[in-house]
Amino acid sequence: MKKREIQEINASSMADISFLLLIFFLVTTSMATDKGLSRTLPPPATNEEKTKDVDVNKRNIMMILVNSNDRLMVNGEMMDVSKLKEKAKKFIANPTNDENLPAKEAVQIPILGTQMITSKHVISLQNDRGTSYQAYIAVQNELVAAYSELRDELSVQKFSGRKFEELTADEQDAVKQYYPQKISEAEPKNYGQVNGGAQ
Amino acid sequence: MAKFRKEGGKKLPAISTASLPDIIFMLLFFFMTTTTMKETTMMVDLKLPEATELQKLEKKSLAKYIYIGVPKAELRKTNGTEARVQLDDAFAKRVEEVGEYIAVKRQAMNENDQNQMIVSLKVDKDTKMGIVTDVKQVLRKAYALKIYYTANEKTNQY
Repeated sequence: MKKREIQEINASSMADISFLLLIFFLVTTSMATDKGLSRTLPPPATNEEKTKDVDVNKRNIMMILVNSNDRLMVNGEMMDVSKLKEKAKKFIANPTNDENLPAKEAVQIPILGTQMITSKHVISLQNDRGTSYQAYIAVQNELVAAYSELRDELSVQKFSGRKFEELTADEQDAVKQYYPQKISEAEPKNYGQVNGGAQ
Repeated sequence: MAKFRKEGGKKLPAISTASLPDIIFMLLFFFMTTTTMKETTMMVDLKLPEATELQKLEKKSLAKYIYIGVPKAELRKTNGTEARVQLDDAFAKRVEEVGEYIAVKRQAMNENDQNQMIVSLKVDKDTKMGIVTDVKQVLRKAYALKIYYTANEKTNQY
């Protein structure tokens, strides 16, 4: 009987398999992208600034306190994080010209013209040293959400239904001037002092 | 008369595997170019907080990372269980070291990019704000004002 040779395995399909794998990875793997909340810190406070009292009218301040149990207090009332966005939106926009909400001023804005806006409002955020980071980020997130919703609403209203993201750079700047982001983080320990806003 | 073929007289020609190395190289290059090297070994437990209003970090080359969290289980014996600041591959002994770290990193950067430096804070969500605030104060003094709170996208939206 003749000895049968073992057939060599056909490897030509290896290339196809590898290509398939390659394409699979190309499509499915997303390069790890870093996402987060972008903030700008105020420059270090000089001694002069420290002694200078920042005169901000009471109605223009929204004071948010977060204690070490991650509970929220807004202008002296306890509040849940989920309600913060609505409250902040009302505060920033002051749609009903409420006496207790920030005063409106006429400000000249490119493209939009002269508008009555609450240019002097400040959202002051103070947290305890024991506040958890998650709670802090949640509050920051709600505030950013409030601003971006207001900006979206304004964009849709003024620029024929286009959202803020779809506007040109100039139009975005105008909307940003209408709703300037003014979140200020008080210096720790120096309670009650408002320092330069973080944009 | 028809001739009968001898069995096994004709074998399939061996298929050239010359292209296999190319394929392997291609895979290699693919992974080399796309994956970013992990610059640091994590020494802290890191669970990022969740948020919805996220922005992408545009230029990664401008970003410098600071990690804050509780040391990993195997490092707790030597480093304690309190939240610590990790810079590159080591724990900072004092919070003030962050300032030196930023200065060194800034020096190493291209001159045009120096004032565009972004400091990405990767902080564990259970960390207390005390240490984060301290780091922020140091960053302010070091004029590293652009910061970034790295967070994960919230999966279930309300």
